[in-house]
Amino acid sequence: MNVPKIVKIKQIINESPTVKTFIFDWTVKDEIPGQFMMVWNFNNEKPMSISLIDPVKNEIGISIRNIGEFTNQVHNLREGDELGLRGPYGRGFHIAGSKILAVGGGIGMAPVIAFCEEATRMGIDVHIISAATTSNELIFSSRIDKSGAKLLTCTDDGTSGFCGFGTDLAEKTLSETDYDMIVSCGPEVMMKKLFDIVENYRIPAQFSMERYMKCGMGLCGQCCVDNVGWRVCVEGPVFWTDELRMISEFGKYRRDSSGVKHKIP
Amino acid sequence: MLEIELCGIKMRSPTMLAAGILGSTASSLNWAGRSGAGAVVTKSFGLNPNKGYANPTTVEVTGGIINAIGLSNPGVANFKLELEKLDKSVPAIASLYGANQYEFSEIASEVENLVDAIELNVSCPHAMGGCGSAIGQDPHLTADIVRTVKKSVKIPVFVKLTPNVTDIVEIAQYAEDAGADALTMINSVGPGMKIDVETGIPILKNRFGGLSGPAIKPIAIRCVFDVFESIDIPIIGVGGIRDHNDVLEFLYAGARCVQIGTSIMYEGMDIFTKINNGLRRFMDEKGYGSVDEIIGISHD
Repeated sequence: MNVPKIVKIKQIINESPTVKTFIFDWTVKDEIPGQFMMVWNFNNEKPMSISLIDPVKNEIGISIRNIGEFTNQVHNLREGDELGLRGPYGRGFHIAGSKILAVGGGIGMAPVIAFCEEATRMGIDVHIISAATTSNELIFSSRIDKSGAKLLTCTDDGTSGFCGFGTDLAEKTLSETDYDMIVSCGPEVMMKKLFDIVENYRIPAQFSMERYMKCGMGLCGQCCVDNVGWRVCVEGPVFWTDELRMISEFGKYRRDSSGVKHKIP
Repeated sequence: MLEIELCGIKMRSPTMLAAGILGSTASSLNWAGRSGAGAVVTKSFGLNPNKGYANPTTVEVTGGIINAIGLSNPGVANFKLELEKLDKSVPAIASLYGANQYEFSEIASEVENLVDAIELNVSCPHAMGGCGSAIGQDPHLTADIVRTVKKSVKIPVFVKLTPNVTDIVEIAQYAEDAGADALTMINSVGPGMKIDVETGIPILKNRFGGLSGPAIKPIAIRCVFDVFESIDIPIIGVGGIRDHNDVLEFLYAGARCVQIGTSIMYEGMDIFTKINNGLRRFMDEKGYGSVDEIIGISHD
């Protein structure tokens, strides 16, 4: 049933000055990295990627960057406080191949870390490009190290790792190493650049898209994308390259809560 | 075998995408058409952009969902840009809402050249500002709007009725007398409410929302059955249709065609093809040559 389940916040991890991870007891069944939960704080409800799936401890986590009213309200919660969660929703990342490059930008690292941990558990060699504006905004680095994945950091200001955009480091990495697959989540402008790079390399790739959502269960149509009409909440949020080629609005514009289009900067 | 004609509009199957479901963009309307819908109805739009209510706007209950999206839409000027991108593979019907007959007729005139028919939403059970069922529960207001819109456009005008009235037959007759070309019935029931038992907090931000889905089908069937005997214009049945047997019930009760909405949550967009195939098989087995032969057969 598509009804919020009330859960207590078991643990809060400060990932960076702007990002917190909220961990909940949760009977893990079919949750897949790349899927999302609708998070209800009794005032509003927003989609958030699952950033932790632990089938042994039966825990899931969501990671939230404090960017506005809703996220600020959630950031002010404490361990033991309650939230409503419904989900998991959407189509997550398909995990296949023996060597995978994962590229995460900013809070886009949330589904990427869940993917990284699941893929490495399956014995897959994962290389991660973690991109942020500055070094203290690089998140999940210790979890990546613990998973056994290879971490390549990248900051806009050069305070850690590669100095420049994640897409520049991805292009460099792709020219040096052969990968079976690429997964990515981050700002759409970054993913569009990466998409264009990947097209040249002809490597299968999956990208996690974000659109304004209301119902989350495939009915309201708020997150439908041009020109195919697919619902990001059901057919996505993860799309393969050949699907993204058909999504004409990818990297160009998105619709707000009323459905008015806005250019992606 | 499944072709029907509705107010001069030819449809390849008697199934339509209902208003309010995936109808905010030309892309999703075109997708429904490609997926087997005989026609598509847009999400209701008004004069100006409207964000609707804050989330949660939808929650599942036994037998369906309750929703209070709050008529979110980008306004007629933006929506015209969507309508221009319709691929015309199937007829398109614009669902409109407004606060009075002048708003309705202004919007209708704006989009007349881009769609095949207008559906007047005078039945949304959670609309603000005197829109929705506040109008549709009053036969005189409903008739005023129908009359004004009919004068301002040449394409067929459908009226979507609310079941939340004492006597739906009376409203239907007023709508017919005012010039409505067809009636769509029913809109969602209620409003209803769901409260979280852990916290005691109403789940929908708006607290109340319209009930749709399989739970309301018996009410919809009864409304169609009652109204069929009292009016001469076609009825478009809607409410809780999930498979071809549900469609047959509506046709037996007197609907000429049907709309499908909430069950897309269970079946995905494949629902139109599944239902069309089911109808074809059934009609073949029973020896029906056309949908027209089935309409209203439950009446003596």
